[in-house]
Amino acid sequence: MPTLTYRDALNQALREEMQRDPNVLLMGEEVGVYQGAYKVSRGLLEEFGSMRVVDTPIAELGFAGIGVGAAMGGLRPVIEFMTWNFAVLALDQIVNSAAKILYESGGQIPVPIVFRGPNGAALQLAAQHSQAWESWVSHIPGLKVVAPATPADAKGLLKSAIRDNNPVIVLEGEMLYNVKGEVPEGEHVVPIGRADIKRAGRDVTLICHSKTVTVALKAAEQLAEHEGASAEVLDLRSLRPLDEEAIVGSVTRTNRAVVVEEGWPQAGIGAQVVDVIQREAFDHLDAPVLRVTQADVPMPYNRQLERLAKPSPERVVAAARRVLYLD
Amino acid sequence: MATATAQTTGKPPQRELERRMLRQMLLIRRFEEKAAEAYALGKIGGFCHLYIGQEAVAVGSLAALRDDDYVISSYREHGQALARGMPATAIMAELFGKATGCSKGKGGSMHLFDAAKRFMGGHGIVGGHIPLAAGLGFAIRYRGEDGLCICYFGEAAVNIGAFHETLNMASVYKLPVIFCCENNRYGMGTAFERVAAVTDVVEHACSYDMAAELVNGMDVLAVYEATRRAADRARKTGGGHPTLLEVRTYRFMGHSMSDPLHGVYRTKEEVEEQRKRDPIAQLAGKLKDEGALSDAGLDALDAEVRAEVEEAVRFADQSPDPEPAELTAHVLAD
Repeated sequence: MPTLTYRDALNQALREEMQRDPNVLLMGEEVGVYQGAYKVSRGLLEEFGSMRVVDTPIAELGFAGIGVGAAMGGLRPVIEFMTWNFAVLALDQIVNSAAKILYESGGQIPVPIVFRGPNGAALQLAAQHSQAWESWVSHIPGLKVVAPATPADAKGLLKSAIRDNNPVIVLEGEMLYNVKGEVPEGEHVVPIGRADIKRAGRDVTLICHSKTVTVALKAAEQLAEHEGASAEVLDLRSLRPLDEEAIVGSVTRTNRAVVVEEGWPQAGIGAQVVDVIQREAFDHLDAPVLRVTQADVPMPYNRQLERLAKPSPERVVAAARRVLYLD
Repeated sequence: MATATAQTTGKPPQRELERRMLRQMLLIRRFEEKAAEAYALGKIGGFCHLYIGQEAVAVGSLAALRDDDYVISSYREHGQALARGMPATAIMAELFGKATGCSKGKGGSMHLFDAAKRFMGGHGIVGGHIPLAAGLGFAIRYRGEDGLCICYFGEAAVNIGAFHETLNMASVYKLPVIFCCENNRYGMGTAFERVAAVTDVVEHACSYDMAAELVNGMDVLAVYEATRRAADRARKTGGGHPTLLEVRTYRFMGHSMSDPLHGVYRTKEEVEEQRKRDPIAQLAGKLKDEGALSDAGLDALDAEVRAEVEEAVRFADQSPDPEPAELTAHVLAD
């Protein structure tokens, strides 16, 4: 199986889906001539032309809305946001148009559109460029939300997102674009709504998604090495719909859980996951579920402060030790 | 002779067109009057924005377009829905929230949809649907078709960023869109000149290198002709061009059913003065002056549309509410 970067896996998914369906197009800032701010769209303009790889002005609200309108008119646009921080300017189109038109039209007008781009913090980009928006977008009925952690999942989930007849949010990660992994060639489709066990374990479940999968995997290694504890790493992959069965299944086996996410604590993805666990696996719990999130502050610029703000393997290990009553 | 000339340019015979437009404007007027009554009786809930006074804009513009052109509008869209030929029964039933409504009772007054008629909605956020119009235009251009999209919005939407972002992109991408600004002078209770540095909306087209036209919105024929010219620009082979139409009109009612007709923001005298420019009376007067319509003929036409509206109310009244299962239907497509 070929090894690809996360970036090239996304590129492959885009290319294959554009070859497969003439209604698929890519639109966003710098996607064409510049080959993508993060080079996810490299080579696509040359292959598909400027009608299908559309450079836009810096006008997120405008081009997101044009994408929604094009989807209403029968196309399958993929809208790239240079980062999700800028997509906040387009929230009206995502929330009030894309997510609602099918429902408020009584089922007449589907909106098959993908909104994608890097989400969460990179390195020292400070408060306005280091935000994780999954809890915002996954709040909205009418949207699907995925957050792949590996190159294979990135390809498979983006392909599913493009083929889906609903608006799908694809949360990528600037820090993930260079990550390498094996990616199946050709038709590799990961269904939306299915979590994946990235490391099997018995004693505690570390529930995570996107960049925090790497954090949780490191924590699991440390727990095995230093504590003799076997941690299961459950990658949610999809945040809406949430794979409740996988969450409950894992926690029922391990009886303990820590939820890790890049977002802020209040009303975060972890809060939703904890709600699932307390409803469906209450009698299986041997300890309260703990959460590891970004510190409840705007992201600081200073390197040391930023490190303190982000979820780290050390913080996950500390939380796991507490739920395992090792402290 | 005029008729023969018109036919050679692909227009319907002038008299037939005028009579059809008179009927449509009357239908909208009577429909909206009935909607106001039904609202007062509690049969219509939520917000309900009436089109009374602005009938010439929807009727004149849509008469100039083809059935396969897309139409998209704001929340003041009953008039456009009727002028597009959506059944009065399905629209009234939607206002009543009934299962037989054009959006199955889930949209209401502000969200009328009819995919088969390419009526792509009433939208509730001021200016939020303007980019959608450009997207529909984009889809047409993407497929190399010669259709277009007409987008209706009020003058207050011109102060919203979405308007400017969209006009810029529509011009850059040469999208076949007619941006039809219905300038009724007030955004709710705020006079446009109090909140807009540039009060002639057409001037904004200069910023986006776009064709524009200022139109008398109380003259249905003027609206028709201006829209035809805009449609010709949009359909031009090898890439059409968008147009900004500023159609000066006036709303004879309050902003919505919950708002006063006049008071702090405009005087009773002003409304009465404007009512003298009633677009329906103007067209009826013209037809009478030209001997093409008698008082009895107008009365008969009025009786006909009143009966159509009565039937719509009867249909809406007798229709069932949506089943409880509809609550969770259509959140997601299959």
